[in-house]
Amino acid sequence: MTDQTRIRNFSIIAHIDHGKSTLADRLMEKTGAVSERDMRDQLLDSMDLERERGITIKAQTVRLDYKASDGEEYVINLIDTPGHVDFSYEVSRSLAACEGALLLVDAVQGVQAQTVANAYLAIDAGLDVIPAINKIDLPAADPDRAAVEIVNILGGSANDIVRMSAKTGAGIDEVLETVVRDVPPPRGDPEAPLRALVFDSYFDAYRGVVCYVRVVDGHLGSGDSLRFMATKEVHDANEIGFLTPTFVRVGVLGTGEVGYLITGVKEIDRIKVGDTITGARTPATEALPGYAEPKPMVFSGLFPTDGDDFEKLRDALEKLRLNDASLAWEPETSKALGFGFRCGFLGLLHMEIVRERLEREYDLDLVATAPSVAYRVTMLDGSVTEIKSPQDLPETIDRRGVAEPYVKAMILTPSEYVGPIMELATSRRGIVGDMNYLSPERVELDFEIPLAEIVFDFFDLLKSKTKGYASLDYEPADYREADLVKVDILLNGQPVDAFSAILHRDGAEDYGKKMTGRLRGLIPRQLFDVPIQAAIGGRIISRETVKAKRKDVTAKCYGGDISRKKKLLQRQKEGKKRMKMVGSVEVPQEAFVAALKLDDDL
Amino acid sequence: MTPTEADAYSRSAAAYVHIPFCSSVCPYCDFAVVAGRDDLVGRYIDAVCTEITTSEPWRPLEAIYFGGGTPSHVDPSVLGGVLDALSLKHGFSADAEVSLEANPEDFDVARATTLRSLGFNRVSFGAQSFDSSVLVALGRRHQSGQIESSVRAARRAGFENVSLDLIYGTPGETANSWRDTLRRAIDLAPDHISCYALTVESGTPLGRAVRDGAEAPDPDTQADRYENANMVLSAAGYTRYEVSNWSYPQHECRYNLTVWAQGQYEAYGNGSHGYRDGIRFRNIRRIDAYVSAVESDKTPRSGNDVIEGWDAEIDRLFVGLRRVVGVAPGPGVTTFLQSDSGRRLVDADVVNLVAGRLTINRPLLTDEVHRCVLDLEAPQCFPT
Ligand SMILES: Nc1nc2c(ncn2[C@@H]2O[C@H](COP(=O)(O)OP(=O)(O)O)[C@@H](O)[C@H]2O)c(=O)[nH]1
Ligand code: SF4
Repeated sequence: MTDQTRIRNFSIIAHIDHGKSTLADRLMEKTGAVSERDMRDQLLDSMDLERERGITIKAQTVRLDYKASDGEEYVINLIDTPGHVDFSYEVSRSLAACEGALLLVDAVQGVQAQTVANAYLAIDAGLDVIPAINKIDLPAADPDRAAVEIVNILGGSANDIVRMSAKTGAGIDEVLETVVRDVPPPRGDPEAPLRALVFDSYFDAYRGVVCYVRVVDGHLGSGDSLRFMATKEVHDANEIGFLTPTFVRVGVLGTGEVGYLITGVKEIDRIKVGDTITGARTPATEALPGYAEPKPMVFSGLFPTDGDDFEKLRDALEKLRLNDASLAWEPETSKALGFGFRCGFLGLLHMEIVRERLEREYDLDLVATAPSVAYRVTMLDGSVTEIKSPQDLPETIDRRGVAEPYVKAMILTPSEYVGPIMELATSRRGIVGDMNYLSPERVELDFEIPLAEIVFDFFDLLKSKTKGYASLDYEPADYREADLVKVDILLNGQPVDAFSAILHRDGAEDYGKKMTGRLRGLIPRQLFDVPIQAAIGGRIISRETVKAKRKDVTAKCYGGDISRKKKLLQRQKEGKKRMKMVGSVEVPQEAFVAALKLDDDL
Repeated sequence: MTPTEADAYSRSAAAYVHIPFCSSVCPYCDFAVVAGRDDLVGRYIDAVCTEITTSEPWRPLEAIYFGGGTPSHVDPSVLGGVLDALSLKHGFSADAEVSLEANPEDFDVARATTLRSLGFNRVSFGAQSFDSSVLVALGRRHQSGQIESSVRAARRAGFENVSLDLIYGTPGETANSWRDTLRRAIDLAPDHISCYALTVESGTPLGRAVRDGAEAPDPDTQADRYENANMVLSAAGYTRYEVSNWSYPQHECRYNLTVWAQGQYEAYGNGSHGYRDGIRFRNIRRIDAYVSAVESDKTPRSGNDVIEGWDAEIDRLFVGLRRVVGVAPGPGVTTFLQSDSGRRLVDADVVNLVAGRLTINRPLLTDEVHRCVLDLEAPQCFPT
């Protein structure tokens, strides 16, 4: 057991690509945790998708031994945090395991939305935030400007900010020294009953669920019988140890220490991130604060293109869930798309990652319906139900009102884009709040906006309006009543459930027009005229017609070339196999996909 | 023409001879053709004659069709040699129809007279249009006046059967231009008129141009033109008997009737297709490869499809439905009417039953019907 005064627990928080992983690598190299050679293989064995997108979903945690310039040996636990807003609960749990956070800012890009969001999360969690400016080796680096921006958020003095390069290694010693000096040591009570925080967990095919834990009070011994306070389950500590980053078994994790715990539990959802572990025999009376159930925010129907793949999709979702307790789903049947699942995600990125993994790793071909949010419907009798799918919205006469989730959003942008962003935000029913200049060129805009507007296409629009320079972060706020309606799309008089959407009345007509227009271009001509209508309740708000096909014939069957002609038609028929029948209308799978694809013109 | 008469062609014996030479290649052309290789004519014709001589003997031929390419592009005596080889091998029935395709630019009274004397009695002109701007757009080399003089030359030489091929829906063609083309065609009183929609085939210069953004023929405009043609031609005494073919009574093309009645036809020359003894076969498409195969005593065949059992029934529907008379009842028709997609086609009035025969009501949707036919599965009771 290490004396608490010699322990430093900290996280690196940064906007994507500002150099968090590179710095982590450097720190490990510097402290000899890994040799330079195995570093890549050992540390970044995480999922391809994460690597491609430069984000981490699952935290990596490592224990570093460092001999500081004061001559003392320190144990530094570097606790990584998931790198995206969708996982802010996970971020908050990782932060809860630390006493300090290193806020890393790219010297070229300066402070970004995530930097600010994460800095506030860290401050709210009571951590000491130590800023550092990375990438000073780059020719375009402007560390002075970054420093001013940092001071505008954190206060303090620009001169005290560490300037470094995770690439060249410049300033790394200073970072370590600053961590030892400025991150407070843990101050748990070694004599108190055990309280340890589960700040992350993952599923390992051989070991079952592996928990990452931070001992707050008391100590955690191998073989101890443990009580998980939120789930109320009792499990034995089959194995405990440090992450160096390879597993090193130990007999006990002392107060303030960080390590892993294996209990033999195989199901990821039986271990809750944020739960408090205590001794089964002498339990603590009070759990550590801050536990919450991860709550899906964004919902989308996932349907296999090939109806036969339904079971395969279910298996794949179950496998993904082994490692992602926040993934939730229930079966859903769509007249247009067949059998599938309504899935709940923490956010848009989470949704995208899950979808991509299903398609890539499980070789599934999927149609996803437009993402929606959970609405709260107040019925006439005053009862409130939550609906996650537009189809479930009760008729207007059966309900008293509908409320939708709002988020607090923050956009950081070069000041020249403030106008277009305000315009975008207000056109999406955003209520603009504070505007805060971090520097003359960079502005923080705060506003409240319905989540539904963000999940639709906000990110893409923001990106295109600001040439990619603005960054966005958001956190759930509250539910608010709004004049919401369900827009149905009818094909030849039949509603196509996959295209129904809940929208604010002001935007409904627009949606209807665009959807019918778009479908008119996507639905091939049939043997008869096919009307495409958008309707609110029984009222038609827009109408288009796919005119009947008039000509589909090979004019000349030249020289009796029957075989070739047959082959040609056979090939066309193959294409037709991917058609879905909606009533008597044949709709190609691609039409659903294309119509549901979000882009700037919707 | 009665359905019985049409179906009787299923027992005919016919032959197709491919003459791949053209003076230049039209941008929309997807046939097995060569331009500027007239040096190959001698060897090619020898090869065709060899192919004829070495083919299985058959019964007298009732219809012979020289297509191309442009049969009229080569010296008539050369075609005469091929006819001789054919008649020597199989013989011709007394009233055999002997057709050739000809282009208006290489046709005059002298040539017509020679061809007629060699035994050709039907000529089909690649007229395409009487509108000079359309002719240019199609890359054709003749002027409308040459169509008129060619038809007169053919008549003077004693051709009993004259046909004109027309193309509609060329980008740039107007409704008036098409009406005018039809009128001038009718004025020449050909016995037979074919109207083909301009079709963009990939791999042709037109196909590449369209892929690169050139205007493609508009299917709705083409449908308008087709309907207009049917109206105008009917009023002028022509009857439609196949998707794209109209004729005076008793002047249907018998070679084509044979193909559509699932009759048998030999095929000679590069890229040609035949149907004999239950096999649909095709020849090597490239002229040089074809010639060297024959010259080295190898088979010029490049593919065979055995058509038997259920496939033969599907094949019968496939070809027969192109005709206005449709197809006689049979297991294929029954299965069609019981299938989902068949029923949809009946509901949409694309096909209907006339005295038990399945016929296509909206010929412009023939491919739609064909796809459904190809999808039909043999009923359980069907002998395999
Ligand atoms: N020039 C330079 N590049 C850096 C530095 N630190 C990180 N990078 C690069 O910046 C990119 C993002 O770094 P990474 O550590 O993956 O960022 P993360 O998303 O915060 O983990 C990578 O291409 C790194 O090689 C630095 O100090 N200087
Ligand atoms: S004349 Fe006929 S065969 Fe020759 S290239 Fe033109 S379209 Fe093709």
